[in-house]
Amino acid sequence: MDDSGLGAAGVQLLTARGERVEHPDFAISLTDDELRGLLRDMTLVRRLDAEATALQRQGELGLWASCLGQEAAQVGSAHAMAASDYAFPTYREHGVSWVRGVPPLDMLAMLRGVTNGGWDPNRYRCAPSVIVIGNQALHAVGYAMGIQLDGSQDAAIGYFGDGATAQGDVNEAFVFAAVFNAPVVFLCQNNQWAISQPTGRQTRTPLFERAAGFGFPGIRVDGNDVLAVMAVTRHALARARAGEGPTLIEAFTYRMAAHTTSDDPTRYREAVELEAWRQRDPIERLRVHLANEGIVDDSFLEGLQQESETLGELVRAGVRSMPDPEPGAMFDHVYAEWHPEIEAQRDEVDAYLASFVEEGVR
Amino acid sequence: MAGIDGHEPVTMTMAQALNHGLRRALERDAKTVLFGEDIGRLGGVFRVTDGLQKDFGEHRVIDAPLAESGIVGAAVGLAMRGYRPVLEMQFDGFVYPAFDQIVSQVAKLRRRTEGAISLPITIRIPYGGGIGAVEHHSESPEAYFAHTPGLRVLTPSDPQAAFDTIQQAIASDDPVIYLEPKRRYWDKGSVDASADPLDPAMAPYPWRARTLRVGSDVTIVCYGPMVRTCLEAARASGEVSIEVIDLQSLSPVDYDAIVASVERTARLVVVHEASRNAGLGAEIATRISERCFTMLEAPVTRVTGYDVPYPPNRLEEFFLPDLDRVLDGVDRVMSY
Ligand SMILES: Cc1ncc(C[n+]2csc(CCOP(=O)(O)OP(=O)(O)O)c2C)c(N)n1
Ligand SMILES: [Mg+2]
Repeated sequence: MDDSGLGAAGVQLLTARGERVEHPDFAISLTDDELRGLLRDMTLVRRLDAEATALQRQGELGLWASCLGQEAAQVGSAHAMAASDYAFPTYREHGVSWVRGVPPLDMLAMLRGVTNGGWDPNRYRCAPSVIVIGNQALHAVGYAMGIQLDGSQDAAIGYFGDGATAQGDVNEAFVFAAVFNAPVVFLCQNNQWAISQPTGRQTRTPLFERAAGFGFPGIRVDGNDVLAVMAVTRHALARARAGEGPTLIEAFTYRMAAHTTSDDPTRYREAVELEAWRQRDPIERLRVHLANEGIVDDSFLEGLQQESETLGELVRAGVRSMPDPEPGAMFDHVYAEWHPEIEAQRDEVDAYLASFVEEGVR
Repeated sequence: MAGIDGHEPVTMTMAQALNHGLRRALERDAKTVLFGEDIGRLGGVFRVTDGLQKDFGEHRVIDAPLAESGIVGAAVGLAMRGYRPVLEMQFDGFVYPAFDQIVSQVAKLRRRTEGAISLPITIRIPYGGGIGAVEHHSESPEAYFAHTPGLRVLTPSDPQAAFDTIQQAIASDDPVIYLEPKRRYWDKGSVDASADPLDPAMAPYPWRARTLRVGSDVTIVCYGPMVRTCLEAARASGEVSIEVIDLQSLSPVDYDAIVASVERTARLVVVHEASRNAGLGAEIATRISERCFTMLEAPVTRVTGYDVPYPPNRLEEFFLPDLDRVLDGVDRVMSY
């Protein structure tokens, strides 16, 4: 156990140095292919994230909220899900949407400013990312209530951050999930910060302990340990499917980058903290473990490096050539049924823009 | 900033002017406290509260847990205990979790207690679009608040107005929704801090509209972020002489000022970023029709955002009224 603040309660299966350890309650046994798959996904997500950050700097994206350092919490939990389960992510869960199969350019479209969505949620069983803090926790609960009414074996996962645990919506989600015994998993990534505010500004108790007061179990897991996150999430999903109700998972991790590309973290946090967490990197520890076990070799890692480069190029080119929507697109899909005012305003915009063409101005 | 306390006007941005105004309010009254997300060490995401926690302490400039309903609800209690809370909502789109507290409690408590309890709460909200932001960061929610009896709604359009009105809002014994036009935060202007905005003899009354440009053919009524746009349009318009009125106070609205202008111009264009349906423009058009019906040469025209959710930022230039759209509105009333 290290001094990350994880504490004795924190479930860990892979130490920061990449040593495999056992836990009395949580075991996991994965095939070599599955293990390589986890390393691959985390590596590619990190590459995607770095590329998006660079594209924002170059003015190609309006904003980017980096998931750097949180790849294990996201990729591990999403890998525990079945295809028919449903994820409800925030703006930072690129690792989740990646594992759900959302194409990278679809993830970037919202930040490019060409859409407020980006993908068909039902196709990937992954809701559009939510920016208003905490809203989606209730959506996950309601979806899970629907699963329950259907008598189905599916489950839902609601993602949110440490800051979100202060919101009414998240606490209401806990109440509803508990009262209805809903098949939902709350996956809270405690990345230690909500913009400039440390977790201590949102809570005086460890977050996972909150669950007990609502009447369901809470588990803290080393959020930088992909194996532990996956094991714990599998356990929580199994409980949900078995009709045992909700679980809160606190994935203890760290936001290695700025809050978003608009943020300047030097105003509120110390570099030493970052350095300490760099030693607990989620990808490096899995790589060390897999290399020690002979599960990955240099040629695999080189191949992965190559694949990352290709992904970066694809994302770069794809974002740069992403077309702007037509002005009239803002009137699309506002209502399901015909709406006279929307159509009148769409015509108004068309006529207005056409008047410039006539004048030869635009 | 050097010079702000002297008698020479100082050039500064609207964000800096608000910062100075907040500083004055904190100095003036020990019961004034600032409460919001990331307003302390970070100084707010727009740096409007930059340095204030350092200078006034963590008990006066308080970083709140991430919960807007909590911030506003707790402010009601603080106010009942004699404090004068100045709240920051991080963005327009994040005030809605607090909407219940604002509409059900903040707006009504004075009336319910037959005046025994006043709520001198100021709720600062950066609002409006035009900064290329993602969803929920570009909204114009003013009509919800203007529609709610018991609230006052103010929005400054330049640094001097910001410096004065933020202090006036805080000093008001009524709850004030204080809407800061975020895309104008970085616009510079001269601020004369020598006059005390709380001295009625020295500063303009905040609840009155400001005529920023005199003209004879058309009156444009606007506020907040659209004021600069409308002034630019008025200057760009060749033959048509345009009068520009900055409402500044969206509740109450200074209808007398608009009527006095329309009595001379006989034509009115109302401009706002917010969606059109049931917006401020609708109310103003009605009032002016009621009071100026026989004088009008053309129906009151609105130039506004459309009745759609604020679009993704690659489309916002088509949603937001700009100089051309304002002049198109002017053309419509001129050629009616
Ligand atoms: C209701 C609401 N209030 C404020 C914000 C502005 N905001 C965006 S992210 C954020 C911090 C969120 O912290 P946390 O829940 O820990 O998630 P993290 O960003 O660390 O992933 C804030 C305050 C928001 N998006 N929604
Ligand atoms: Mg956080």
